[in-house]
Amino acid sequence: MATTHISTQTDLHADSHGHEHEHHEGNFWTNYIFSQDHKVIAKQFLLTGMFWAVIGGILSVIFRLQLGFPNMNLEWLKPVLGGWITPEGKLDPEFYLALVTMHGTIMVFFVLTAGLSGTFSNFLIPLQIGARDMASGFMNMLSYWFFFLSSVVMFISLFISTGPAAGGWVIYPPLSALPQAIQGSGLGMTLWLVSMALFIVSTLLGGINYITTIINMRTRGMSFSRLPLTVWAFFFTAIIGLLSFPVLFAAALLLIFDRSFGTSFYLSDIYIGGEALPNTGGSAILFQHLFWFLGHPEVYIVLLPGLGITSEIIATNSRKPIFGYKAMVGSMLFIAILSFVVWAHHMFVTGMNPFLGTIFMLLTLIIAVPSAVKIFNYVTTLWKGNIRFTPAMLFSIGLVSLFLTGGITGIFLGNAAIDIQLHDTYFVVAHFHLVMGAASFFGMLAGVYHWFPKMFGRMMDDKLGYIHFWLTFIGVNLVFFPMHYIGIAGFPRRYYAFTNFETFSGFSDLNALVSVAAIVTMAAQFIFVFNFFYSMFRGRLAPANPWRSTTLEWTTPRFPKHGNWPGEIPAVYRWPYDYSKPGAKEDYIPQTVPFSETPESNLPHENDLIKLEGNGNAPIVVEGKH
Amino acid sequence: MEIKELKIVEEAKKPLSMNPKKFALWLFMVSVMMLFGAWTSAYLVKRADAGWAEIVLPERFLINTIIIVASSISLIIAYRAAKKDNLSRVKTGLILTFVLGVAFVAGQILGYGDLIRLNEYFTGGAVSHSFIYVLTGVHGLHMISGIIFLGLVLADAFRYRIHSKNMLRLEMCSTYWHFLGGLWLYLFVFLKLYP
Repeated sequence: MATTHISTQTDLHADSHGHEHEHHEGNFWTNYIFSQDHKVIAKQFLLTGMFWAVIGGILSVIFRLQLGFPNMNLEWLKPVLGGWITPEGKLDPEFYLALVTMHGTIMVFFVLTAGLSGTFSNFLIPLQIGARDMASGFMNMLSYWFFFLSSVVMFISLFISTGPAAGGWVIYPPLSALPQAIQGSGLGMTLWLVSMALFIVSTLLGGINYITTIINMRTRGMSFSRLPLTVWAFFFTAIIGLLSFPVLFAAALLLIFDRSFGTSFYLSDIYIGGEALPNTGGSAILFQHLFWFLGHPEVYIVLLPGLGITSEIIATNSRKPIFGYKAMVGSMLFIAILSFVVWAHHMFVTGMNPFLGTIFMLLTLIIAVPSAVKIFNYVTTLWKGNIRFTPAMLFSIGLVSLFLTGGITGIFLGNAAIDIQLHDTYFVVAHFHLVMGAASFFGMLAGVYHWFPKMFGRMMDDKLGYIHFWLTFIGVNLVFFPMHYIGIAGFPRRYYAFTNFETFSGFSDLNALVSVAAIVTMAAQFIFVFNFFYSMFRGRLAPANPWRSTTLEWTTPRFPKHGNWPGEIPAVYRWPYDYSKPGAKEDYIPQTVPFSETPESNLPHENDLIKLEGNGNAPIVVEGKH
Repeated sequence: MEIKELKIVEEAKKPLSMNPKKFALWLFMVSVMMLFGAWTSAYLVKRADAGWAEIVLPERFLINTIIIVASSISLIIAYRAAKKDNLSRVKTGLILTFVLGVAFVAGQILGYGDLIRLNEYFTGGAVSHSFIYVLTGVHGLHMISGIIFLGLVLADAFRYRIHSKNMLRLEMCSTYWHFLGGLWLYLFVFLKLYP
């Protein structure tokens, strides 16, 4: 009974696609703007993400100027920043807070969540599992347009007279709840909340689609054990997002009620200018619990796609099967589960019960295990491979190195006792920028370099890619490595200046170095932007399978239309990591090649898989056996 | 060419899959569960703090609970009738469910009047009172979305588009409706157990 049911529905599904095929020749608006094609939507996410990355980067350069060169005259920024530059030519301290807040919000949500997941989940899931499109093209389009709306609202908030939200990207109340507290908690905060509400809707629409597509729309033969690790990573990312973003929504809605309706969920016993506010009975800690229940999984929402992309690129460019495929999937699953039970390690110093702190510390430190499994697997995949150093490969190896550097400091920070010293210092800033910021960003860049030929049918320039990589890699380390020292010395983050007292000026030289490195790194990204747009139009036309890769996306035409494959969707017969298989003619065997065509390289258990079509019980027919 | 025709290839098995739309609905319900899970957890955490004002639920909420359970029963009747192609009973069942759904939402709104008479306000009062409004209000919004969905299915029923060979929309609507009913039962019992 169940079987008939399923087959009816697949037939219906095939029909609907045949239907789509007839008229995908739309006009400009349906092809490029309100497109339901997952590839176009992916590019829309990518371009919007790049736009936000440039904005977020420029904001960070502005506050780095303040931190590195506190005596600098910033009069020349007046045409852009206007009243936010004081008459003395200094950055307005409240605007400094707004810059930090917006840099965090933009980078975490708009670049590394929407820009990374939105781009690569959309682009790669249907292409790599062998589907014509997402489960619901319309929902997918809505997902982008909610993100676009959210972007517009956030962008507008940058230009209002009271400035954008300034309470930190974590928007802790009471600071964020009371407009009297700082200017940024006025209209800027309201717009922040509206924008994030739209953003959450976008993420949920996207996430529901990704999970549904991966589970239900795989091509023939694409069992879970044959999914590329990229798809596994997007799968876990989407599940984490689906479970955690509603909780952020819950937290944000209560904050909206506190701000605009007069409830007291997070507010209690507050005095402003000697006057008591009417709010009683709320708890600011409650917000932190709700926020970090999203906030910590969010770290993995940002990082897992990068890890998935890296797995794929490292295996392809080492010409070796990924080491420990099942361990990679298992460690991602383990990380995904653990990500939900460690949130209070962000709250060790909130006066939390020390016994509870111990439990969260233990759970946090356990994350080191699956993370280490992943790092060892990357290294062992590289070991004795025929490594090709493409720009994508360099960025992937860079990711592994940053993941390691930043991950090790996580062991310090996860420790409830050491956190008392390190909490909210530059050590934390260094830690999460390396492990989640830079590492995920490297994953995103690696993905763009690797899949650019599939996205635009042309190759990016390798030489510019190498220059971009080395400047970025050295730059990122020069920015974040010195911050560890500044942090251990006890310098808190989010402070406007350290130069008011001679005693605290000890690290101004190091801060200047960090700022210079940040500016150089930022400038290097424009090499990438140039390469990206130049290659899009003028790049060398890409061959069908430029990286000699095994996965399904390279079986599509150079410029795939809506529907991806012109004929039937190819079936899959093997896992995606048959690189340098002993006995094989080439150093890679695409997933579409049946075992029956490669008797020279089959392993015994693979020979067992060869069965006569339509008769599962027939004797195995292998060359040489009969 | 001849060799290609004779090629023997192992079978590429069709992977297990279910209807993507139904699957997406289940995922949506998971996210709604997380939303309410977050609030009820926050409620429990807040309740453990000092100075918690215990809540009193209006009697009307019990009547509303009975109404929403009845609406689920009438929807089950409509669903079974559709499977047997008893189209007039499908319509009656759906109309009854629709009316009961609207009655539930109306009852909840009247319930707010009762809450105010009990001196339990959304703003300006105790946090526990605000929580009642948030939980019931957001559930009510979801009920309205369910009623709209049910209305669309009802319109389909009048165009004879709901029958044993075309059950998808009714199935999805039932799943969502029973979920919303179950969600209300959870909230009601939760608020009764932890006043």
